Amino acid sequence: MKITSYPEAKSEGFSFTPENLERARTICARYPEGKQASATIALLDLAQRQNGGWLSVPAIEYVAEYLDVAPIRVHEVASFYTMFNLQPVGKYFIQVCRTTPCWLRGSDGITAACKKKLGVGLRQVTEDGLFSVIEVECLGACANAPMVQINDYYYEDLTPERMAEIIDALRAGEEVKVGSQTGRLASAPEGGPQTLKKVPPRDPAAAPAPADPGEAD
Amino acid sequence: MLQDKDRIFTNLYGQDDWSLAGARRRGVWDNTKALLELGRDSIVEQIKESGLRGRGGAGFPTGLKWSFMPKDRGDRPAYLVVNADESEPGSCKDREILRNDPHRLLEGCLVAGFAMGATACYIYIRGEYFHESSQIQKAIDEAYDAGLIGKNACNSGYDYDIYLHRGAGAYICGEETALLESLEGKKGQPRLKPPFPAACGLYGCPTTINNVETIAVTPEILRRGVSWWTGFGRANNTGTKIFSISGHVNKPLNVEEEMSIPLKDLIERHAGGVIGGWDNLLAVIPGGSSVPCLPAGTCSDILMDFDSLREAQSGLGTAAVIVMDKSTDIVDAICRLSHFYMHESCGQCTPCREGTGWMYRVMTRLVKGEAEIEEIDTLLDVTYQVEGHTICALGDAAAWPIQGLLRHFRPEVERRILERKKSMAAAE
Repeated sequence: MKITSYPEAKSEGFSFTPENLERARTICARYPEGKQASATIALLDLAQRQNGGWLSVPAIEYVAEYLDVAPIRVHEVASFYTMFNLQPVGKYFIQVCRTTPCWLRGSDGITAACKKKLGVGLRQVTEDGLFSVIEVECLGACANAPMVQINDYYYEDLTPERMAEIIDALRAGEEVKVGSQTGRLASAPEGGPQTLKKVPPRDPAAAPAPADPGEAD
Repeated sequence: MLQDKDRIFTNLYGQDDWSLAGARRRGVWDNTKALLELGRDSIVEQIKESGLRGRGGAGFPTGLKWSFMPKDRGDRPAYLVVNADESEPGSCKDREILRNDPHRLLEGCLVAGFAMGATACYIYIRGEYFHESSQIQKAIDEAYDAGLIGKNACNSGYDYDIYLHRGAGAYICGEETALLESLEGKKGQPRLKPPFPAACGLYGCPTTINNVETIAVTPEILRRGVSWWTGFGRANNTGTKIFSISGHVNKPLNVEEEMSIPLKDLIERHAGGVIGGWDNLLAVIPGGSSVPCLPAGTCSDILMDFDSLREAQSGLGTAAVIVMDKSTDIVDAICRLSHFYMHESCGQCTPCREGTGWMYRVMTRLVKGEAEIEEIDTLLDVTYQVEGHTICALGDAAAWPIQGLLRHFRPEVERRILERKKSMAAAE
């Protein structure tokens, strides 16, 4: 269960920017009339992005008002899901996967490298506001372990040294290639795919005869 | 070994163009209209005959599940919900479908939704899969523009919408009723069943929830024929399957293989073998973190399918193979999983909320041997009190890894306790 406490940080009032109002309208349109509460998670995510990576109480309550649901319902959601940060985080928010498949491949070393490089403990933000690190449970990239998520993207097949280099690069404002850091193609084996080396051509004989060849779509 | 021509996920690694043009070249959306013209009953019947079992962990027969949807639902909408909340430790297969072959999933959504009489489909994807959800959204937009979904989908006269819904970090939302709660904008806490989703699901309407891989393979089963599909794997365990292999192997990967492939073949042929050789193998968790581990001795000749692994008191789960070599602290490896379940318990049922924390705390002591021998049986007893006494299967999933550990590695746990006692006595 996510253990949460509400932020002490002072926060100003909150309202969506015109761009986010437009996005919110698009999101709400995905759900049937009267079921707009379904957009709660998506709108909290928008609010968190607009608010610099975390949700203040005014931001949470703004979403409740926007969706016309009781504020407690939105507080419940914000405090239940791990991706909602109720405390400020660094500009680069590093989430190190700690679950067994990553741990077997050395995730402890990745966490240690982050802490050492940044000189902070877990959940602390560096003085310049650039970084914070937490350990999270399985991020679903186990064949590319160990890995971290930084903001929206995954950085995979890491070593402690590579992790430190990534932090240096981000601090210097350089772009870092997302995905595998050893150049693997997605979750293909090291050294390149041993299957599907050539995408097989389709065998048309395998398909049932088209009912109407003119509209084969 | 499965041949490339029989692989469904021909862009598993993203070697080819993921978008509509590339997908069409690989045979996706190839005369989908003809598949729909088979008719609802025929599609459900063929999927039943194929023996396809759900790829999300439970292995429930897919065709049977679809047949639970009411034939006569009146004016009420009905939904297909695709479970793309892949969060089972070890499992990373759906991610490759989502980001590299999104159209294969979308075509499946249309065909499956049509077969069960759904009016719309929601794809619930875990929030952390940001790149993957943007790929899916782009694919949805392409499919609408090409008239493949939406009004008169594929010129079939059938109207069908597909929407993407992102989660926000909660393993429990992979449980189908928790997923529905989350989709309705609430905390992801599982619902009591009955009523089952097919009667009362999303917004109280008939709903079927299927895993990404399950949905994505259905058009190919219909296209290539039931006998092609049943040609792979043993009876009751048919078809092809994406295996995720992680942990102590030389080349971790995802690979689509035939069901019932021997575990040893899978590891040696595809994953470059166990680090340090097969003799260096300690244990394997064969189906994602929720299933009990298998000791090395069992791994040499076990087949990777539902029935074979169940006979070995484990399970195929999501076919996520976590390999551990002899350097592994097996107690700590399972302790990590106990931490995972403690963290992910939704807190609704007391046995799970309290039990997962209690089990984790005892496990941390067992790692260091700071316990009494009798506590091993107390721990085992608690796992049985959690198992089967909760609304959803998370309680079971928290109990099973510990039961597996104690079934196969009890001497190791006892050794630590005795050694610590000895060293304490020596220090006095």
